[in-house]
Amino acid sequence: MGHNCKIDGVEGVQVFRGVVLQVLAWGWCGCNTYLVYGNDFPGPDGGLLGEVEAAEAALRDAAERGLAGAAGRQGADEATLRDYFTAVIEADQKIEPRDWMPEAYRKTLIRQIAQHAHSEIIGMQPEGNWITRAPSLKRKAILLAKVQDEAGHGLYLYAAAETLGVSRDELVQMLLEGRQKYSSIFNYPTLTWADVGAIGWLVDGAAIVNQVPLCRCSYGPYARAMIRICKEESFHQRQGYEILHTLSHGTPAQKAMAQDAIDRWWYPSLAMFGPPDTASTHSEQSMAWKIKRFSNDELRQRFVDMCVQQAEILGLTLPDPDLRWNEQRQAYDYTQPDYDELMRVIKGDGPCNRQRIEHRRRAHREGAWVREAAAAYAAKDRVRQEAAA
Amino acid sequence: MTATFEYVLGLADDALISSQRLAEWYAAAPEMEEDVALANIALDQLGAARLLLSYAGELEGAGRDEDALAYLRGDREFRNALLVELPNGDFAVTIAKLLFLSAYQLPLYAALSECGDERLAAIAGKARNETAYHVDHSSLWTIRLGDGTAESHRRMQAAVDELWPYTDELFAADERAPVDPATLRGPWLATVERVLAEATLTRPADAWGPTGGRDGVHTEHLSYLLAEMQVLHRAHPGATW
Repeated sequence: MGHNCKIDGVEGVQVFRGVVLQVLAWGWCGCNTYLVYGNDFPGPDGGLLGEVEAAEAALRDAAERGLAGAAGRQGADEATLRDYFTAVIEADQKIEPRDWMPEAYRKTLIRQIAQHAHSEIIGMQPEGNWITRAPSLKRKAILLAKVQDEAGHGLYLYAAAETLGVSRDELVQMLLEGRQKYSSIFNYPTLTWADVGAIGWLVDGAAIVNQVPLCRCSYGPYARAMIRICKEESFHQRQGYEILHTLSHGTPAQKAMAQDAIDRWWYPSLAMFGPPDTASTHSEQSMAWKIKRFSNDELRQRFVDMCVQQAEILGLTLPDPDLRWNEQRQAYDYTQPDYDELMRVIKGDGPCNRQRIEHRRRAHREGAWVREAAAAYAAKDRVRQEAAA
Repeated sequence: MTATFEYVLGLADDALISSQRLAEWYAAAPEMEEDVALANIALDQLGAARLLLSYAGELEGAGRDEDALAYLRGDREFRNALLVELPNGDFAVTIAKLLFLSAYQLPLYAALSECGDERLAAIAGKARNETAYHVDHSSLWTIRLGDGTAESHRRMQAAVDELWPYTDELFAADERAPVDPATLRGPWLATVERVLAEATLTRPADAWGPTGGRDGVHTEHLSYLLAEMQVLHRAHPGATW
C-alpha cells in the first residue's frame, strides 16, 4: 500500500485490512469534531480507545468460535501442526502458548515483546527525571502513577514474553548487555517540565498508534497485553496533552516552554515508527503472520494526521514548515525525520544512550545483594516449612 | 476539639517528605516489582499529604492551598520529623525508615480516626488502611534482609542502628496533639521488636535522640530536598500547572 494510506482495490485477504483501516480512519476523522476544546473534551486519542474495545470484543468472539479440536497441540505431525497454525492465523484467531508455531514466529515475537518490555522499563527514566521537581502536588501524583504504570506494563510484557519459553532474567540480561534494544525515543533528555507533557502527548500518542493494531496481533498473550496497556496509555496521553494545554494557556514563559518541548520531541516521535517501509527488515513476514498489521509509514502518516489537529487545539506549532494538507491523498504531507539520526541513536550514539543503560545496570548491580537476600530467605523459609510439616 | 494548623502540618510534612524520598527510587529499585511497590507507597503518602496540607491551609485561614504550603515554605517552616528527611541510603536504610515510620503512622492514624476533629478523623481513617500495607511491606523486607545473607543482615542491622535514634522524636510530647504521642510508643515498639526479632536483628539501645523537626530545626538534608522539590514552582511565581 506504500505511502498512501487510502484503500483502493483491496481484494481477498486484504479486504480484512481494508475494514480495519476504515475503522481506524473513522477514529482519526473523529478528531474533526474535537476542534472546539469544550467541557466535554473527549481526549486527544480520538476513536483509538473504541478500537481497543473492538479488538477486545473480536478477541472474545474468536475464542468462542474456536477451531475444532486441539490439532495445534502435541502429538500431531508437523504438516498438520503447520496447517493448523496457518488456519488459525487466516481465521483471525489467536495462537496460544501451547500451540505449535514456526521457530521464526516465536523468535520474532520474543524479540518484539522483549523490546517492548525493555522500552517500558527504560522509559521510566526520562519522565521519572521530573517526579521530584513536578510543579504541583497534583502533577507529581499523576506522574508517579504513570511511572508506576510503566513498571507494571514492563512486568506484564515480560510475562507475555515468558509464555514463549524465555525467562525474564535472560531478557533483562540481553538488555543490560546491549544485545536487545529499546525504543530509540528514550535516549533523548527531558530538559524541562514541558517535556513530560510532550512525552505524554507525542511519545505515548505514537506508542498508541503503534500498539492499537497490536491489540489484534495473532499471538494471544501479546494481543491481550496490548489491550490492557493501550487503555492505560491512552489515559497517559490525555494527561500529557492536558499538561501542554495548561502550559500553552499559561504565562508566556510556560507557553514558550511547551513550544520548545514540541520542537525537540516532534521528529524523534515520528522516528518511533521505525525506518521507512523501503528499509524495514522485519515488515513483510510480520505482516503475513499478522503480528504487525500496518507498515511503518502507514502508521506514521496516521500519527501525523492526528497530531496536526491536536496541535491546533493546543495553539502550538509542529516544527515542520512543509507540513500541509494534501487534498489528493486526503492526508498531510510532512518532512520525514532524519533516519540517519535514528540509526545512530539505535546503534547507541544518541544523547542519553549511555546514561540510560548505565542507570539500568547500576540499579541491577546495586540491587544484587537484595535479590540474593530474598532468594536466601525464601530457601530458608522453605526448609523451615518442610521441617514443620 | 479541632486540631491546630501546626499539628496537622506536622502530619502532612511527614507524609510529603517521605513521599519525596520514596519517589527518588523511581527506576532504581532492586527488582521491578519493587519499583511498583515503592511508587505505590510514595503515592499513598503523597495522597495523605495533599489531604492534610489542604486541611492545614483551611485551619490556618490565610488562603494557602496544598501547593502554597508545599512549595513556598522554607526549611525553617517545615514541621516533619527528622527521620523522614534523611537520605535514602541503600535499600536497607530505605526499608528501615519505612518500617519505623509506618509502624508509627499506623497506631497514630488509628487513634486519630476516632478523634473529635471529624475532618482529621476521616483523613486518618483513609490513611490508616494504606499504612497497614506499608507496615506489611517494610516488615517483610526487614525480615528478608535480616534473615537473608550475611551481607544483607549486616546492612539491615547497620540501617536499624543508624536510624534508631531518630525515632525518639516521633514520640516527643506535643501539647497540640489530639493523641498523646507518648501513648504510641508502646504499639510502635511491639511491632518493631517483633519484626526485628523475626529478622534476627538486634534492637538498638535507646540513647541519643535528636529532635527539632517539629520546631523547624532540621538536619542539613532538608534544604537540599526542598531546593529540588520547589525549584520549578518557585521559578514561575503565580503560574498554574
